[in-house]
Amino acid sequence: MMTDVVMPQMGESIVEGTLTKWLKKPGEHVDRDEPLFEISTDKVDTEIPSPTAGTLSEVLVEEGKTVSINTVVARIEEGGNGAAPRPKSAEAARPAPSAAPPPPPPAAAPSTVETTAEVTGPLSPLVRKMAREHNLDLSRITGTGAGGRITKQDVEAYLAQPAGPPTAPPVPAPPAPRAAPAAPPRAPAVSPVPPAGQPKIRVEPMSTMRLKIAEHMVLSKRTSAHVTTIHKVDMTKVARMRDRTKAGVQAQYGFSLTYLPFVTRAAVAALRQYPVINASIDGNNIIYHNEINIGIAVALENGLIVPVIRNADEKNVLGLQRAIVDLAGRARSRQLKPEEVQGGTFSITNFGSFGSVTATPIINQPQVAILGVGTVEKTPVVIDDAIAIRSIAYLSLTFDHRLIDGAVGDQFVTKVRQVLEDWSEDVL
Amino acid sequence: MRSCQLRELGRIDYAKALELQQDLARQRKQGQIGDQLLLLEHAHVITLGRNGRMENLLAGEEVLRRAGISFYPTDRGGDVTYHGPGQLVGYPILDLREWKRDVIGYVRAIEQVIIDTLAEFGITAGRIPKLTGVWVEGRKIAAIGVHLSRWVTSHGFALNVSTNLTYFQYIIPCGLTKPVTSMAQLGVAADLGAVSRTLAGQFGRVFDCKLVDETPVPAAPGE
Repeated sequence: MMTDVVMPQMGESIVEGTLTKWLKKPGEHVDRDEPLFEISTDKVDTEIPSPTAGTLSEVLVEEGKTVSINTVVARIEEGGNGAAPRPKSAEAARPAPSAAPPPPPPAAAPSTVETTAEVTGPLSPLVRKMAREHNLDLSRITGTGAGGRITKQDVEAYLAQPAGPPTAPPVPAPPAPRAAPAAPPRAPAVSPVPPAGQPKIRVEPMSTMRLKIAEHMVLSKRTSAHVTTIHKVDMTKVARMRDRTKAGVQAQYGFSLTYLPFVTRAAVAALRQYPVINASIDGNNIIYHNEINIGIAVALENGLIVPVIRNADEKNVLGLQRAIVDLAGRARSRQLKPEEVQGGTFSITNFGSFGSVTATPIINQPQVAILGVGTVEKTPVVIDDAIAIRSIAYLSLTFDHRLIDGAVGDQFVTKVRQVLEDWSEDVL
Repeated sequence: MRSCQLRELGRIDYAKALELQQDLARQRKQGQIGDQLLLLEHAHVITLGRNGRMENLLAGEEVLRRAGISFYPTDRGGDVTYHGPGQLVGYPILDLREWKRDVIGYVRAIEQVIIDTLAEFGITAGRIPKLTGVWVEGRKIAAIGVHLSRWVTSHGFALNVSTNLTYFQYIIPCGLTKPVTSMAQLGVAADLGAVSRTLAGQFGRVFDCKLVDETPVPAAPGE
């Protein structure tokens, strides 16, 4: 199961802390009470120990970021068991362990860990604690929870039994980490600690986010007939507008102006003209969306999320830039509300910011198209038989050929291109 | 009343003191020993805190070596600082759970110990908001940098008693371009031992503990 690691409260009046250093990398094994990260408050640097043993599956707050106390900064996959994803809301709502994790329990701890390894399914900290307190052999308890998981009730029922050997048959134990593939599908048991010697591989459970991304990508490829068309766009006018207003925007609004809101604005104009791009397929019906809600792909340290700018057609370049900065920032600090990643009708992915010239993105289901933005580069181009230096970018549109034919796809991108090449709207 | 073992170590090499405090912090975490207060003096050394920036170290390694100053990156909070003869350095190894679970409260309390100590020598010192340390008329007289692991403190503070302040020219202390001062510069000619004893008394008062002076450590070679 997943355990949330939160920013601890280091004193009464302290409301936030700066995460200065991760002492473990995602995928690394961490022992309970082993230093996991460092925070800095005033002139005090504090090592924060791990609340549990397991694999650090997700790091949600990067080094140097200041977050309020009880913010979830990481997730630890306990015992290396791939847990069924739990409902997100319940997880996020609960600020987990207290500021000062209790001192390591005496000698009992190691034996508990061993016991855990013999039991199918993940164990909650509560069950672990109960087992420790009553010195129980968990392999003797029959789990009735999901996937044979041992619940608090199971332990209580076991304890309520009259003294004597338990009648419940032992839970069949998956023999060893090596046998993992044979184990039940929900619990791919793996050992995060490589055995001594020189292992040739390292097995690591996917984080919940990774699993979801994997699922979604394959689902999309299976669902849509992906076709990608690539157009070259002269961004010189936009580049000039951006250069002219960048400093002013920074000074007046406190964020930097990128190419992305220009492309978004142009896409909005094209979506208005070609509603079939702003649609989805439902069985044998086409659903045309009257709202233009644009998802913007945001790269996270260990994954990706697509928060949505609602009613993007009602925003100018500045409004779009502000929305992008806000959503991306909160995506990275894990503060997006569930509704902010839902309801998108079209998506844009800006791989150009990572230096990519062009790519063929995967459609964000149930949408029918996604626009990819390549890097803007000064390039020699031929204009009226003369060579000129222009700011060029490649736009790629992946569309679902079930609904959209090549001609419409290209007309759409042509419209985006025209808006960008003839940019006339003022930013400030 | 809790007790706190006082260890006056005299002049001690930075690396040696670091090893000792790390060892004591480990024992404290395991509950093998009680709270400790180490009071000592270092040979010329420049140390860099975990969040320190190398650009606040103004001299290159070669310059430092020729000046006889060693250099250590450490795991304490704060930026770059200098320690040397004439400076009273204190490393409290406390389990804050037995005092207050409050890191800011701890830093403020350390400042109070130093402010009260200076008051006994007739110096009015105070705080500057957001600039941790102890200040006299806009000049920094004591620096603070703490490391905390499982609520056990290490590293601590450095009070300039008769420090040769020219050594601070090699750094931007704590990354601040504010001047430093010492008790001597303020016209108080106190010897390190006297300040050390006064400070130990104030420490016991502020942290509400009884200082037990055992100091069973080998006497440091004097000058």
